[in-house]
Amino acid sequence: MSNLNSKIPAGSLKDKWTDYKNNIRLVNPANKRNIDVIVVGTGLAGGSAAATLAELGYNVKAFCYQDSPRRAHSIAAQGGINAAKNYQGDGDSTYRLFYDTIKGGDYRSREANVYRLAEVSANIIDQCVAQGVPFARDYGGLLDNRSFGGVLVSRTFYAKGQTGQQLLLGAYSAMNRQIAKGKIEMFNRHEMLDVVIIDGKARGIIARNLVTGEIQRHSAHAVVIASGGYGNVFFLSTNAMGSNATAAWKIHKKGAYFANPCYTQIHPTCIPVHGTQQSKLTLMSESLRNDGRIWVPKKLEDAKAVREGKLRPVDIKEEDRDYYLERRYPSFGNLVPRDVASRAAKERCDAGFGIVNNDTKEGVFLDFASAIQRYGKEQAHIKGIHNPSKEEIIALGEKVIESKYGNLFDMYTQITAENPYKTPMKIYPAVHYTMGGTWVDYNLMTTVPGLYSIGESNFSDHGANRLGASALMQGLADGYFVLPYTIGDYLADDIRTGKIPTNTPEFEEAEKGVKDTIHKLVNNKGKHSVDYFHKKLGLIMWNKVGMARTPEGLKEAITEIAALREEFWKDVRVPGDADELNQELEKAGRVADFLELGELFARDALERNESCGGHFREDFRTEDGEAKRDDENYTYVAAWEYTGKPSEAILHKEDLVFENVELKTRSYK
Amino acid sequence: MSTEKGLNITLKVWRQKNAQAKGQLDTYEMKDVSPNNSFLEMLDILNDDLINQGDNPVAFDHDCREGICGACSLHINGEPHGPGRNVTTCQLHMREFQDGETIYIEPFRAKAFPVIKDLIVDRSALDRIQHAGGYISVNTSGNTQDANAIPIEKENADKAFDAATCIGCGACVAACKNASASLFVSAKVSQFALLPQGQVEAKDRVLNMVKQAEAEGFGPCSNTGACEIECPKGISIENIARMNREFLSASLTK
Repeated sequence: MSNLNSKIPAGSLKDKWTDYKNNIRLVNPANKRNIDVIVVGTGLAGGSAAATLAELGYNVKAFCYQDSPRRAHSIAAQGGINAAKNYQGDGDSTYRLFYDTIKGGDYRSREANVYRLAEVSANIIDQCVAQGVPFARDYGGLLDNRSFGGVLVSRTFYAKGQTGQQLLLGAYSAMNRQIAKGKIEMFNRHEMLDVVIIDGKARGIIARNLVTGEIQRHSAHAVVIASGGYGNVFFLSTNAMGSNATAAWKIHKKGAYFANPCYTQIHPTCIPVHGTQQSKLTLMSESLRNDGRIWVPKKLEDAKAVREGKLRPVDIKEEDRDYYLERRYPSFGNLVPRDVASRAAKERCDAGFGIVNNDTKEGVFLDFASAIQRYGKEQAHIKGIHNPSKEEIIALGEKVIESKYGNLFDMYTQITAENPYKTPMKIYPAVHYTMGGTWVDYNLMTTVPGLYSIGESNFSDHGANRLGASALMQGLADGYFVLPYTIGDYLADDIRTGKIPTNTPEFEEAEKGVKDTIHKLVNNKGKHSVDYFHKKLGLIMWNKVGMARTPEGLKEAITEIAALREEFWKDVRVPGDADELNQELEKAGRVADFLELGELFARDALERNESCGGHFREDFRTEDGEAKRDDENYTYVAAWEYTGKPSEAILHKEDLVFENVELKTRSYK
Repeated sequence: MSTEKGLNITLKVWRQKNAQAKGQLDTYEMKDVSPNNSFLEMLDILNDDLINQGDNPVAFDHDCREGICGACSLHINGEPHGPGRNVTTCQLHMREFQDGETIYIEPFRAKAFPVIKDLIVDRSALDRIQHAGGYISVNTSGNTQDANAIPIEKENADKAFDAATCIGCGACVAACKNASASLFVSAKVSQFALLPQGQVEAKDRVLNMVKQAEAEGFGPCSNTGACEIECPKGISIENIARMNREFLSASLTK
């Protein structure tokens, strides 16, 4: 029934990628000079892909909406990057990383893709060190590791709380080397607004120069989308303000299937919402759960008193605290995967134990007091201080915590005006990452020939829930080590094609479509700003398509989003003109796309009658409140084909076949 | 949390239609601003009001709003990224301001940072300095040696990291009376100079990056240290000293 061919190579799991690479078609270096590739987005996936493709000899045109490729939102990733190096000798291996990722994804990802990811993970660390990425090291000069949620080994490499920044600057420096050589032509402050398809193949894009408003045609032999995820459909998320789904959605409308939109990660440790004028949410890295303990008061009256400011958390006695993750999941404790931790926080707050004085009383504590004690005593021992005083221990312990998480603690203080060394952090889940995205085959090619999707913008490796420190791994794996091989197999047919002309009816038509939309937006002169609609959409998504979903709620969401979309086109006001720097116009185009994507998202969630990973349906839960999967009926990828309206999208199913792992109920107890 | 009482403030905001147009400071009154709002959320509210009145919103650069992407800029009351140390504009909160205060908001000023619109400036000169040598020439094939093959002394690794945390916002340039980019350039030069992987090209790197900075119109360093004070990431001017040593030794031996 499915027309989807995942093109997974035959052979045993551990030989697939090697055998495949050995038999793939290559393009000779002289011919690469005649081939152009467009890369949209310059985060870890796009930046690393652009650099590597240029190094191989292709002519690369790279696009980003920011004023520099270094500002892509990968830069904000904090905690770390996984790799199966087993430097700690704690039993890690490629297979174990593969297994943890499959299990963490709740058995909704492709075995072959995930194994390949685990396989190339070690190369990423070698590569980054060679590029001068300053990872954390121990006193012996070797690389240090820490643990992340959902695993029992220490395989996460990190650079304080700025790992994403350091990795992105590594990719950016690799890009700079190629920009200097003229092999990458960089288009900063440019936004892709459509893809151009000629004879069924992706052959270029239409982009808007965000400074002048000029609409441009750019041709290429292949187009790579690396534009990130669609978390901003919720308005409030940990994404950057400009993060958007426009490139991914435009290609969907031109034939690329969109897979599993309902798989969205709500990250457990973010700073809680403070008010209605808030513009974004800030993540506190999962790495904090290495040392932070999550709790709420055991007594409802204590929770109420904390909310009212009448009781300080430090004055609540140990026996009156509910370390609910340690209680419910003794073997993983505070390091359960994100979906599990988020739902557990919601469960406690729904029951009235939330500790933050906002509209929804949602928030829990993340407490470092025990870690400060533990490290303080250890340091006192190392320094030979006998019978250290309480104060000495705390001072020493705080120093250790500062060296590990200093920048995160500073950020927290800046935003909340509270000192997390002295009082526990207040946190709550927030939208963070989207596992769903453009459907791609093993080559990372979408359903449109010559159109690729890499990094967060595709759906492929994380199933229904991504483990911490795996997004950086996937972005760089796709960009440095996977796409540069697989794209050659496709481009081998294009060595004689020659430059793709842009004066063709296909470019003409795509450009006209883009210009018409812009014209409509700036001349609409409605009553409400773009944000007015975006906030409304976000509320519908959060309340009805968020952490816990019901069939009734989802049906309402579908109707409400469709109605809001209609209202948007009737009543949105975009000040300024089309031919100038116009930030409201940029936002308007992005929100218009979110208003379509949101509806498909809700439909996908309604269609999937099970709970798995980040998709939790109230009507599919076990007796103790855990997610209840339905492997018999839902072990497939839901890939949606656009046919004119989100409500009329056609569902295609790619069955997921598990030959190497046994499907089990995911337990972290 | 600090006081919840709303602030009444007067804003003097630089408005300039485009690079060619003449700009001016316009005045806006803001009522009852929550001290818990970030500075940029306060500007969001201003913009929402302007849009609802049929006016053009104030254009300003911003993206991650977590203090790490380096997109936000703004000269606030005469200081890049406003009052407070080790903080970007997007992390600045209204609780830092007093009720009744007048706040001046201008774009970063430097010859090498031309204004594009309102508060947005063109900082692509910083990218071009990176193109001149801000990288290690290693191919991204993954076929390098094992990451632990060369141990790196923790102290140097940590210093390299501290230098590498530069977010490329340009505050150092905006703070400097000479509009020098020395702190920015020295951060990248130092990161690589402190790591064994960066040694091979160290001489060319420092010579080329410094030369490019001059060509872009950034001024010389006269060691006032203003850049270090305003740097939102606390990048130390020790890096400038290191860059100068590297530059001198490269000039003598190259």
